[in-house]
Amino acid sequence: MEATSTRLRRVFVWELPVRVYHWINALAVVGLCVTGYLIGNPPAIQSTAEASHRFLFGTIRFIHFTAAYIFFFNFLFRLYWGFVGNKYADWKNFIPTGRKFFREMRDVLRIDILLQKNRDHLSVGHNALAGFIYFLTFLAFLLQCVTGFGLYAGMSDWWFADLWVWVSGVFGGDFGLRNWHHAAMWFFIVFAIIHVYLVFYHDYVEGRGEISSMGGGWKFIEEDVFEKEESKVE
Amino acid sequence: MHPTTTKRPSYYEELRDKGYSRRDFMKFCTMMAAYLGLEASAAGQIAKTLETTPRIPVIWLHFQECTCCSESFIRSSHPIVADIVLDKISLDYTETLMAASGHRAEEAMKSTMEKYHGEYVLCVEGSVPTGADGVYCCIGGKSSMDILQECAEGAKAVICWGSCASNGCVQSAKPNPTGATPIHKLIKGKPIIKVPGCPPIGEVMAGVLVHIITFGRLPELDRVGRPKAFYSKRVHDTCYRRPFYDAGLFVETFDDENAQKGYCLYKVGCKGPSTYNACGVMRWNNGVSYPIQSGHGCFGCSEENFWDNGPLYRQMANFPGFGIESNADKVGMIAGAATVAGVTAHAIATNLRKSKLISSHIEEGREAEKEL
Repeated sequence: MEATSTRLRRVFVWELPVRVYHWINALAVVGLCVTGYLIGNPPAIQSTAEASHRFLFGTIRFIHFTAAYIFFFNFLFRLYWGFVGNKYADWKNFIPTGRKFFREMRDVLRIDILLQKNRDHLSVGHNALAGFIYFLTFLAFLLQCVTGFGLYAGMSDWWFADLWVWVSGVFGGDFGLRNWHHAAMWFFIVFAIIHVYLVFYHDYVEGRGEISSMGGGWKFIEEDVFEKEESKVE
Repeated sequence: MHPTTTKRPSYYEELRDKGYSRRDFMKFCTMMAAYLGLEASAAGQIAKTLETTPRIPVIWLHFQECTCCSESFIRSSHPIVADIVLDKISLDYTETLMAASGHRAEEAMKSTMEKYHGEYVLCVEGSVPTGADGVYCCIGGKSSMDILQECAEGAKAVICWGSCASNGCVQSAKPNPTGATPIHKLIKGKPIIKVPGCPPIGEVMAGVLVHIITFGRLPELDRVGRPKAFYSKRVHDTCYRRPFYDAGLFVETFDDENAQKGYCLYKVGCKGPSTYNACGVMRWNNGVSYPIQSGHGCFGCSEENFWDNGPLYRQMANFPGFGIESNADKVGMIAGAATVAGVTAHAIATNLRKSKLISSHIEEGREAEKEL
């Protein structure tokens, strides 16, 4: 992609619900990973206080469970928005639906990951590779929700939490369930590292406002590219 | 559970003959009602049933096991518990405790199976080896598999005592050389109660039997087939050290000050948070203690697969495929570090490979700045 045109066209890509979803999700994931890691590996504390005066671990767990509920319903909302949102939020962005999807995935791989020169690709919303990775992420969300609520079911009287009592048996008891839940956390950490890096990468290399797009919803597309895309649609 | 056969003495009559007072009997009934989590009036119901019901015939089979379930049972806190099943009341056949042996024992079993077809309760202690046609466990010239199927055919219900019969226990640990198999995978079409634990608590075992006698049906079971009255709570949820857990106060090593103070054993591998059992409430040996009270974490003996679930003194299992000492966190940290390294390398490569593009952007931007 050689930058020749200087005129940029403003495109409204991320609607408000998508942006709100994104940041709630980000906060919840950070909160869940931090508290989850602490639950798995509690810090060593020496204290002379009576146990009845402290509730540190209880608070950590409370934050984890609250964040989990927020995460889960936020996730459900995003699934719903995949059917009613604009074309960049549509579920078809995430599931490979044809040869074109795979071709674009290959292109993104070549240009952005293998850094091959003299090639061009453009996606205004998610590129195909990103979309597919998000699909895998949704599967990880699902795994984490299922295992998490499976662990939680025994502690809760709410019918919703009790819907998940069957999970424990599938994973060979709570112990196995716990290990799966714990191991899956690392997927989120690895994902977050790559995700944040790639956002900066795109902003830096393409200059289309990748970072700020999740704030205001705007991306900026070169005029000639915009016209090319427009003619394709027509 | 109301046999119409010849007049046999009821439980109460047998106990009275054995020298128990009415008071002892009522205490037992009350205790059982409490253990089963029933309302106060149920004590009367239990007493009434035991007064009027003749004993139910029981066949108690021993396969791949260590007899710790029987040991636990005869050590339950109330003496009637042992007497009610093992001594006098109803054991028609059990290798460990019956007086008869050889052909006479076989006959006793056979006659019970014929006489009380569809009425007797089959208790199984131990798993069944299915490898090599079952030669790893043969009794009286028959494989345990054959004996089990023969006995289960006319049983009213099957009770799986202990982790062996319920889950396979240590003999089914990888690679499971004898093909040790829990009962529910071998017997179909019969009500099966699992009473896991290595061993299960004696009072729990008694409670299950008393429930069957009193109400003529199986106790309410959970999804895995365990009686809800005893297996619906985690050891963790009824643990007297729970306040230390919630406070975030943990034993770091078994000889530290925190251990002396009786803090939570979570960090030294206590599996209480993932183990469903009644140890925290009923405790062992007449309610004297249980592992956590003795300063050792629960290792989840009543949970499926506890024998293959990695180290006893760590909260996390080994991560398969990454060597013996690897766990999810170690693997994850390596993956995280590799990702950071990869991302850094990519950032450097981007600046080299796309330098022309980037500098043209910068140039363009600078020019625009000057023009303004």
